Parts: sequence; structure tokens; C-alpha cells
Amino acid sequence: MLRTDNERNHLSERTLPKAPSGIAGLDEITFGGFPRGRPTLVCGSAGCGKTLLAMEFLVRGATQYQEPGVFMAFEETPEDLTKNVRSLGFDLNKLVKQKKLVIDFIRVERNEIDETGEYDLEGLFIRLNAAIESVGAKRVVLDTIEALFSGLQNEGILRAELRRLFRWLKDKGVTAVITAERGDGTLTRRGLEEYVSDCVLLLDHRVVDQVSTRRLRIVKYRGTTHGTNEYPFLIDEDGFSVLPITSLGLQHQVSDERISTGVPHLDAMLGGEGFYRGSTILVSGTAGTGKTSLSAQFAQAACERGERCLYLAFEESPGQLIRNMRSIGLDLGRSVKKGLLKVHSSRATFYGLEMRLAMIHKLVQQFEPDVIVVDPIGALTAAGTLRDTNLMIVRLIDFLKARGITAMLVNLTGSSESLERTQVEISSIVDTWILLRDVELGAERNRAIYVLKSRGMRHSNQLREFLITDQGVKLLDVYVGPEGVLTGSSRLSLEARERASSLAEEQETERKDRERRRKREALEAKIIALRKEFEIEDVESALVASEEAARIDQLGRDRDAMAISRQADRGNGVERPRRKLNSK
Amino acid sequence: MKRRSTKAPLTLEEIASDHNPENAEKWDLRLYVAGQTPRSITAFANLKHLCETHLAGRYTIEVIDLMKHPQLAAGDQIIAIPTLVRKLPQPIRKIVGDLRDTERALVGLQLRPGRN
Repeated sequence: MLRTDNERNHLSERTLPKAPSGIAGLDEITFGGFPRGRPTLVCGSAGCGKTLLAMEFLVRGATQYQEPGVFMAFEETPEDLTKNVRSLGFDLNKLVKQKKLVIDFIRVERNEIDETGEYDLEGLFIRLNAAIESVGAKRVVLDTIEALFSGLQNEGILRAELRRLFRWLKDKGVTAVITAERGDGTLTRRGLEEYVSDCVLLLDHRVVDQVSTRRLRIVKYRGTTHGTNEYPFLIDEDGFSVLPITSLGLQHQVSDERISTGVPHLDAMLGGEGFYRGSTILVSGTAGTGKTSLSAQFAQAACERGERCLYLAFEESPGQLIRNMRSIGLDLGRSVKKGLLKVHSSRATFYGLEMRLAMIHKLVQQFEPDVIVVDPIGALTAAGTLRDTNLMIVRLIDFLKARGITAMLVNLTGSSESLERTQVEISSIVDTWILLRDVELGAERNRAIYVLKSRGMRHSNQLREFLITDQGVKLLDVYVGPEGVLTGSSRLSLEARERASSLAEEQETERKDRERRRKREALEAKIIALRKEFEIEDVESALVASEEAARIDQLGRDRDAMAISRQADRGNGVERPRRKLNSK
Repeated sequence: MKRRSTKAPLTLEEIASDHNPENAEKWDLRLYVAGQTPRSITAFANLKHLCETHLAGRYTIEVIDLMKHPQLAAGDQIIAIPTLVRKLPQPIRKIVGDLRDTERALVGLQLRPGRN
């Protein structure tokens, strides 16, 4: 699908040459610019920027594409025009001196003109031709040619001459922009679209809920594809810029590099390394849960790594933010002084959404940050409808992603809203979502942090207690007891109780140990005593045995001696002497 | 024609010059044309006739051909061709067209009051 579209674009570029307008974003939606050598009609109501668009087309042509231009003004004098566009940074006088631009003012005053008989607009042709020839112009603007209708009465002649003029412009091969006032129910008040039909742009300036938004739409563009949406556009000090919502696509480079969150414990929760560079992080939570502290610490950590950080504060002034963060030990002022941190504060309602987006674009382009914090993103809804804000934030995220900028978006969740929902529907497009919440327990509110999602990395499923200390943000493990998650004082008292009970247990074990030791000692003593007794008995019994042996031996010897003395018969005299001996 | 009645009233001198052409000052007229087209020739002829009839002896006609001098178109803010410009007497008046309607041309040059 995309491929065929691209092929078609290439084809159309081949068949229809285009003149780049040089206006940011416009060439993207027209796929290359205005039709070269043909007139383009730019219509819109008063004050919607037709003249500026046309003038920028000429100035960019002259400065960037070496195509000199002619500006035929029917409403404003060259002096006024020069003054008006000086605020956009265009120096028309210089371009005129360099022969890159001709401004010709045609004044048509009906009250000093009478008509009688036939005439034509050859005078206009001659002037235009002279102007084109004088600088070799390739681009022509007629602003606003409808003024002729109020100066000349004969509409029949006028229309015929306009038809001839546009044909003549085509024959000259100049790329022309013709501006026209928007009519009631028609594109132009005088039906110019009848004559200029190759390319018609419609500018619109709408006020919705007291916030004005400018929009541009390509009504038709013959012979080429073009974006068909209404595209918001801005006019600021750099000129005109159209913001194509989908022009960036999703083809941005991704990085494998990881960067610290500024809180070591949180890094650990995110696979141990922190966020991916260039990812989009959403920090959401109810009021007072420490969102700003967390993002300030993230910003400070980036600055300490030597990276540049842009902090967009929509609710606090830079001074207030720096003072408040000093109270938690973050010296943002130092980073500001080093030029690494830029805190930009403005009320969200100060600008319209489109202006806001463009302002962020410009800040990013000027400061070239590595990291950006938007605090809070929900404040932007104050400047536009929810739908528009969503679109804008998506565009902002796309823009930052395309530039590889890590973005931390802070979102305040209202107390009545679901925690896991953002006011602006961006939860699905962020890469990492950190949820900060209150835990109410034991007449206390404490903070808890949770990584709701984090694409492309292992992340902790644990709820952690989130502490704001004098040394910044710290995370602690949460105690989960029978009563649920314990934080703050409850956690402290549980810790104390646990400490006390473990001490008692220790003492008990020690006591038991001592008892056992004593018992064993007693037993061992007993064993030694018994063994000693046994040894004594052994010795005694040996003694008795040897005495007995000696006695028997002696007895034998005595009997022998007696027998010898009695000269007894050796055969049966054995028993008697023993009896005798015994009776003795 | 009614348009004239809404305009600022003429000064006394103008009224005097309108009604007493003999007392009026010199008339300085310029006719812008672009080349020798039939229309510009007609315009010049009509103008010449008108001047001879109403301003005999006190008018000059300068014919400017923008084909030859395109830069002169800006000075008198010329868009339409042919254009007759009354430089004098003041104020400047412009009449576009080939002047075929003499009555209207006279009104345009303020040689005749518009109400007639």
C-alpha cells in the first residue's frame, strides 16, 4: 500500500513538475510544492495568513531556490508589506536591492475612475510583464486580485481579462500564487476558482473554546496526489509552518543504549539499566505523589552525565522549581549555570496548541536536548480540546522520537479518575509507564511506585515504597504483611517488632545452647568418673587374682613339703593333708 | 449617476470652471495606450473630438504608449487600457475605456454635472 503510494508519487513527480514552496511542512503534504509554471489559488477568510503564505513562497524561492519573484500587491503598500513581514525575519528591502524580488503596488480607487466604452487590462499585463522581466522572475504573487472587482465596474470585461491573465501567466511559465478572499459558501467571493483550477489551498482560522487554531487544506491539486486532511499551521517569527500530523511515520531510528533514571533502585526495577535512550516515558500519579521530584532527579542525572536537558514546566516558574528541588537535595541551579539544563516555564493557556507545539519544536531545535521533561502534559488540554491535545501530543512524541530524544512526560491523574488511565490518551504510545500512587494506611499517606509497563525490557513487577528524602528520591522494598502492603510508620513499626522478636529468639537459642553445653559437660564428667571407677576395679580384681594364685601356689608348695616330711605315699596322700591343713 | 450626489461637494472654483469654461485654467490630459490598437486609435479620436468641442485652445494631450514605456504605468496606477487621466485641473480624474460615450466622458471629466 505504502509502496504503491510512493510509486504513484514518483510518477506524479515525473509528470508534474513542482516548485518547492520552502514552507516548512507544506512541501510534504503537497509532495513537492506548488505546480510549476501554473497558478495556485490560496483562499481564506480575512486574517488567516494568505498574504504571509504568498510572501514566504516568494522569499523562500528567492533565497533558497534561486527563483526571483514578483509580488503584485493590490491591498497593501510595499512599505506596509515590508514592515509586516519583518517580524517574520524577512528583509524585503535587501531582496529588492539584490534584484531577487519586485514589489509592485497597484491601487484601484473606484471613486476617481469613470468608465466609458471598451477597455482591457493591458496596463496590468504590461506592468506585470515589466516586473517579471526586470528580475527574471520565476514566481509571481497576485495579492489580492479581487480588489479589481471593487475598482472596475464592468464585470464582463474583468472576468474575460482575468481568464486571459491566468492563461498568460501559464504561457509565461511562472509559478503563480493568487490569493482570494473566501466567499459565503464558496471558495472565493468572486468565483476565481473557476479560472485557477490546478491547485487550490484553503486556509482557515477557527476559534474553538476561545482558542484559535489555523488550518490548511488542499482542496484540489490536479494531476498529483496530496494530503487531504486539514493540517494545522502556524505563523510565528520564523514564518509559516504547516504541521503534517502523520508525515513523520514510524520509521525513527531506535537505540539500544540505556540511560539511568537517576534513581539506582528504579534502574534496578527496569532490567537493571534504566530507560532506553530515545524512548518516551510517562510518569503518572495523583497530586503530591512526587512526579516532579522524580522527573527533576531524572533531569539532574542527565545533566550530571553531561547531557542537555530541556525542562518544560507548565505549572512552576524556573526559580520555584529550582528552589523546591533544592529542598530534596537536587541542585538544578548548578546545571542551569553550566548550560546543560534549560527550564522553560509558561502557562499552558498562554499559547494555543499549535503555537505551543511549534514553540516546543523551536526550543528543541535551538537547544538540542538529549532529554526532555514535560511537566505536566495534561496542562496542555487547557489550551485546546482533548482531541486536539491528543493529536498534538502524538505529534510531539513522534517529533521527539525522530530526533532520538528521551522524553519524560508527567501526567497528573485526577483523584476521581482511574489511576491507570491518562487524561490525554497517550498511555498506548509511551514506551515506559511509571505509576506513582498513594497508599493510605494507619492514618498516613505514603507513596508507592510501580512500573506499569516498559517495552522491550524485563521490568520488576514489585511495588516499591517511594521516599522523598534530603538526598533526593529513594525507593524501598514494600512490606507485605497480613494486613496488606505496609508503608511508612506501619512498615517502621513492623520492622521494629520484627527486630524485637528476633532478639528474643536469639536469646532463647543462646540459653538453650548453654543448657545443652552444661548437660553435656555433666554427662561427660560422669562418664570420666565411671571409667575411673572401672579402672580401679580392674586393678583390684587383678590383685586379688594374683594373691589367690600365690596362695594356691604356696599351698601346693606347703603340701609338698609336708608330704616330703611325712614321707607319705605319693599316690593317695594328696586329699588328707589338704583336709588337715584346712582344719588347722 | 446618482453616485455623484454622495460625493464631496465641488469647490467654488471648480463650479466656476465647470460653468465658465473661458475662465478655467489649462487642461492637462494624458492618454495611456498600449500600441497602435484599433481601440486606442478610437480612444484618441474620441478624445480629440471632445476636447476640440469643449476645451478648444486650452488643452494638451500627451499620449503615452506603455508598450514603449512600461515603467510609466506605475506612476498613474494604470491597469486598464486605454485610460485617460486628467492631471490638471486638480483633482486627478481617470476615465477608462475608448470614450465612445461622450456624455459619460464629459461627466467623468467634470465638464458636465453628473445629474443630467
